[in-house]
Amino acid sequence: MDFGDSAAERAFRLRLRSWLEEHNPGLPPSSTDDEYWAGMAAWHRSLYDAGFFGLSWPTAIGGQGLPNVYDAIVDDELASAGAPPRPSLGYLVRGILEHGSDEVAARLLPGIVNGRARWCQGFSEPDAGSDLASLRTRADRVGDDYVVTGHKIWTSYSDEAEWCLLLARTDHDVPPHQGISGFALAMDQPGVERRPLRMANGVTKEFGEVVLDGARVPAADMVGEPGEGWALAMTVVSHEREPGELGYVARYRKQVLDLLDRVRKEPDAYDADQRRQLGWAVVECEMLRHHVSRRLSDQLDGVTHGPEGSVDKLLMTEVEQAVGHAGLAVGGTGAGGGDDTWLKVYLYSRAQSVMGGTSQIQRNLVARRILGLPVK
Amino acid sequence: MDPGLERIGGRVMDVRLSPEQRQLRDTAASVADRLGPRAVGELDDRQRSGRLEAAVAEAGWLELRTPGDGGRPLASGVEVALVAEELARGLADVAFTGPTLAAELRRLAGAAPAPGPETVALDTGLSSPARVVDGLAPQMVAVDAAGAAAALVLVPASAGHLLAEVGLGPLGPSLDLTRPSAAGDASGGLLRAVGGARALSHEDLLAWTALGLAVSAADLVGVMRGAVTLARDYAAERRQFGQPVGAFQAVQHLLADAFVATEGARSAALHAAWAVDTCPASEALAAAAAAKAYCARAARAVCETAVQVHGGIGNTWECLAHVYLRRALLSVDLLGGVEANLERVLVHEGIGGDRGLR
Repeated sequence: MDFGDSAAERAFRLRLRSWLEEHNPGLPPSSTDDEYWAGMAAWHRSLYDAGFFGLSWPTAIGGQGLPNVYDAIVDDELASAGAPPRPSLGYLVRGILEHGSDEVAARLLPGIVNGRARWCQGFSEPDAGSDLASLRTRADRVGDDYVVTGHKIWTSYSDEAEWCLLLARTDHDVPPHQGISGFALAMDQPGVERRPLRMANGVTKEFGEVVLDGARVPAADMVGEPGEGWALAMTVVSHEREPGELGYVARYRKQVLDLLDRVRKEPDAYDADQRRQLGWAVVECEMLRHHVSRRLSDQLDGVTHGPEGSVDKLLMTEVEQAVGHAGLAVGGTGAGGGDDTWLKVYLYSRAQSVMGGTSQIQRNLVARRILGLPVK
Repeated sequence: MDPGLERIGGRVMDVRLSPEQRQLRDTAASVADRLGPRAVGELDDRQRSGRLEAAVAEAGWLELRTPGDGGRPLASGVEVALVAEELARGLADVAFTGPTLAAELRRLAGAAPAPGPETVALDTGLSSPARVVDGLAPQMVAVDAAGAAAALVLVPASAGHLLAEVGLGPLGPSLDLTRPSAAGDASGGLLRAVGGARALSHEDLLAWTALGLAVSAADLVGVMRGAVTLARDYAAERRQFGQPVGAFQAVQHLLADAFVATEGARSAALHAAWAVDTCPASEALAAAAAAKAYCARAARAVCETAVQVHGGIGNTWECLAHVYLRRALLSVDLLGGVEANLERVLVHEGIGGDRGLR
């Protein structure tokens, strides 16, 4: 049992640390800024080209085939250097890897990994949120294509994306979970209308709505077999619940380090309650780092993604929201004339208990699948 | 093997327990399950608790922090934490934390192991070791004192702190029904210097506090695991409105939150236990303080949930839920609870004096 780096891990860490001294793009402190999202594509390519992104993905798709702990090291170092977190794309990559054919994976994944192709995820719909299996977007086979009609929402990065990992109903005669298929849909075509969503913190670049009206997708771009969409969705969301996959530890730690800096510079300006909330944010971030280490090590036993993902998602949410509260307490709302960065961080943190599956749903899963409590 | 993995020789950070550590954990779990109290009434069964005490002594678990090669402890903080966690999960009414912390004080001071069963005496707030200044003994509490003949205290000296022993009063009525305390007694020649010991440095005391916090965090993790299992089993069995109460989402979400908090606590406590013998003392202390703050907050909430899920029964003497809660409250206070440890965490980050370390 050892939380320390191996020699190779240490060498990698030091190499990254020295690279970051020259290549930190100095984006805004959090993802709550449109400028941040505008800079992320370049940051992704810069990280990838220097050999610091896609570390745990197979070499065949442009990754480096390293253990997941290398991603955790990247998170550590990005946070310590005050650099932006790595892009959160692992769930798309893992979903396509696991369910797409070799041909689809070889054709589509390198672009996601190296940052040359931008992707969004079209799962939720206005009437299919937590109850995802009730989705109504339909894809009907016409010759070699499918023709897609429907309405997607909470489509992350839809504004900029060239591709969408889409769930649509292809069979209406089977139970809802069995009639869904996954597709890689090209976004730049007449049947696709993008509508950015303005979130409560003012950001417009992260989430969007997509209206599909006769959009076409070649049958060859189906991800998985017909009817495999639900399994694909479950793979994607299980990775979306994993802090180690998402790289969010880096985001939280960077925010906490910023807050600590503020208080260190002007210690008398903060009262006991403000300091206490900052203390909790530190404690929560540390817990999550070690929790990620524990999970990554579990994976060495071949433990795959089960209901424990819901535990991780709830812990990650607890951390993000503790950091949000510390941001509000220490950084302020901006109401007194300062900037409103921390208000935005706080508002964004409220979405964490919804996106990727609400905390209510995660609790149901923990209670039933882990604790084995009966269903009413 | 992917070429990437070959390049690094397959070596990777691994926080899984070693086979020996897993075996130790399983043995401790089995002792706690076999010989711990399975009902409140069994707490008075002296035969059973005597067998438990003998099993713990025979396993050598009270000597984990006695010196081995070069003064290093026989076992690391991880082994100590594994035993502490399993004993707490089974509500084992046997001294472990006290003797372990006493052994660590002796080891750090280079003194010979204790001649007989021994624990440590703390100030009445349980927040730090009791100090005898100029021969004047304050009121003090020997924690986890079952079976102990003496308790260690600190005597400030020019070069740091010397060790002394005090006698013990009778075991008192106790917050924790599984780990009774006694008053430390330094009167009438009962205060004796520990011979052959060097003075403990500030650094030594930081390291000792780190171990104490890591052990109490592990104890809290064990308490939480036991309390969640107790409440979960009750919720699956107790029926109202024609179904198990555990089928209701309101109850499910309480238990899910308790389980999640326990898992977070486990991760933090495991890291703290590892840091004890791996990191410099100030870092080990920071890791332990962060873990203890997290575990302390979580444990009280989890035990309160266990009481709540049991309904009326949870508020009776016969229900084990309050035994878990009481044990949690003692472990929370041991060497500082939430506030003291948040302060330690902030001090480590360069904020706010040295208040947390006193």
